[in-house]
Amino acid sequence: MSRITKRFAQLKADKRAGLVAYVSAGDPDLALSYQILKGLPAAGADLIELGMPFTDPMADGPSVQHAGQRGLKAGITVDATFDMVRRFRKETGDGETPILLMGYYNLVYQRGVERFCKDAAAAGVDGLILVDLPPEEADELKPHALAAGIETVLLAAPTTDEKRLPAVLKYASGFLYFVSVLGITGTKSASEEAVRTHVERIKRHTALPVVVGFGIKTPDQAAAVARHADAAAIGSAIVDRVKAGLDDKGKPKPDLVPGVFAYVRALADGIRGVRKA
Amino acid sequence: MAPTPNSFRIGPDERGHFGIFGGRFVAETLMPLILDLEKAYNEAKADPQFQGELNYLLSHYAGRPSPLYFAERLTKRLGGAKVYLKRDELNHTGSHKINNVLGQVLLAKRMGKTRVIAETGAGQHGVATATACALFDIPCVVFMGSVDVDRQAPNVFRMKMLGAEVRPVTAGAATLKDAMNEALRDWVATCENTFYCIGTVAGPHPYPAMVRDFQCVIGNEVRKQMMEAEGRLPDTLVACIGGGSNAMGLFHPFLDDAGVRIVGVEAAGRGIETGEHAASLTGGRPGVLHGNRTYLLQDKEGQIQEAHSISAGLDYPGIGPEHSWLKEQGRVEYVSATDDEALEAFQLLCKLEGIIPALESSHALAHVTKLAPELPKDNLLVMNLSGRGDKDVPQVAARLGVTIGS
Repeated sequence: MSRITKRFAQLKADKRAGLVAYVSAGDPDLALSYQILKGLPAAGADLIELGMPFTDPMADGPSVQHAGQRGLKAGITVDATFDMVRRFRKETGDGETPILLMGYYNLVYQRGVERFCKDAAAAGVDGLILVDLPPEEADELKPHALAAGIETVLLAAPTTDEKRLPAVLKYASGFLYFVSVLGITGTKSASEEAVRTHVERIKRHTALPVVVGFGIKTPDQAAAVARHADAAAIGSAIVDRVKAGLDDKGKPKPDLVPGVFAYVRALADGIRGVRKA
Repeated sequence: MAPTPNSFRIGPDERGHFGIFGGRFVAETLMPLILDLEKAYNEAKADPQFQGELNYLLSHYAGRPSPLYFAERLTKRLGGAKVYLKRDELNHTGSHKINNVLGQVLLAKRMGKTRVIAETGAGQHGVATATACALFDIPCVVFMGSVDVDRQAPNVFRMKMLGAEVRPVTAGAATLKDAMNEALRDWVATCENTFYCIGTVAGPHPYPAMVRDFQCVIGNEVRKQMMEAEGRLPDTLVACIGGGSNAMGLFHPFLDDAGVRIVGVEAAGRGIETGEHAASLTGGRPGVLHGNRTYLLQDKEGQIQEAHSISAGLDYPGIGPEHSWLKEQGRVEYVSATDDEALEAFQLLCKLEGIIPALESSHALAHVTKLAPELPKDNLLVMNLSGRGDKDVPQVAARLGVTIGS
């Protein structure tokens, strides 16, 4: 059983939803980014999405765009991202918290899909979420991911209707990531009613856990999502806390890392306050 | 490499692939919309009423067919091939862009979309889109890099007069690539009522094929016009390439005529060797950006690099996927011309023929000035004069150290 599957089984046994925390690799610099990654589980993250910065993040709003630019400026690379995960597994001894890499396909394609999957797995990565690789193109990733033991998390959107869902699910593993709003990351928020309707609709088609993301900013919104989904994914609001920890010149202030953890803790508390059947 | 296909004109396959190029690398939110668009386009293509309406607009509104003009003084000066200019700069709005935009905006109307967005570099596609949207009374938003907003000021004002909203984009290098990112971000949020009118033969399937089809009017006219003028097909075709829509429009109808030599000219900026250029085929390698796999300027990791060209319309680190395929098939030759060469060609055409070419088209002309002298006098060369240069006058003046008005 993969780390992702185990983690969702545990959440179910604990009768609660999970928190999927997104941070951007190398943000605000390589050392602090690793410190943040390392402390996320203790702050309440159940799964971690580690963003791979890309020059042209078409599906991301300003928050994640800026986080990616901070990382690129600090010199983040794919190798350095793998190193972060490798160090995390080794130094924390945490062999249970799933880590997924999230980003855009070109970085995977340039390394060579097979090599990328092998290297990612060797570093301790559990899954990949590639925003611009819909099921129509996913066949060039799937066999290599399978061979390396990497889960391929696909996205579903409000525009993904009943006819299309099976095509998405054909390539999805680990969990299904439901993009709850029409739009880019960190902008609009979905109503609880909309989240409920969509999650119920998706659950009719799959036994995979459903994670809901995009536009969740507060512990209350996280709790609302937790009432219906298996986990809430939160990114823009977290990387905004990184930004808030920088001074006018972009230098990290001493409270940057604690500030991120306090916020993640508040989100986790919001989610853990919801008891599930 | 795969064996040479029976025809170079049958692509893409049903998944939008030209060999390994093309495809549909977009966010899931957009995927259903792109499938809808493909269906709507295929229906429209087969509908005589749609084609009739488009043809009517092309002739009575845009002014087609554009002339095929024998440039006698230029030919004499170059001393080789007989140079014809396909005068697409005479179209309404001043470039070939209107050919595609009329098709797409008609399609938007047919699909019941109530808002149109577009990206633009030089502003030619933005102006064409704003024009068609004025004609069809559809609200229009044009995304334009803030650097381009500055260097193409006349076009920005034109778009505004035509009723479009111009949104300057400050991300990245603030040029065409960034404008396209921003247009895609807008589209993800507004896809239910919005039609994205892409200006070139790039983006996710069906855009590369659809834009090509709309632009093929250029090459189809040339076939007919050259038969009338010379009683045979041309020997050589030359066009400039940014995304590659004017070139594809000229080339595609001739791809299966083995005797026709076809040359695409990319922007070499300050010189390929300086790294400051926009020649994706010459200096890039295959990658995935903006919905398709194609040749891209990128670093070792796959981070996209900034392009550079004096011409805002060519200042893009990618190229249409069908061009990437044609390059790998060896059917089309791809070369490049620098900023300086384009600037020289710009001035040459002004003086010899009384035509002010766009800086984009000046790249094609720069190559013609090298190629034509090497060809025999009976070689029929057609260059696509894809745009007029009025928009570039302030920039060229600045580049030549002239202050306009003094």
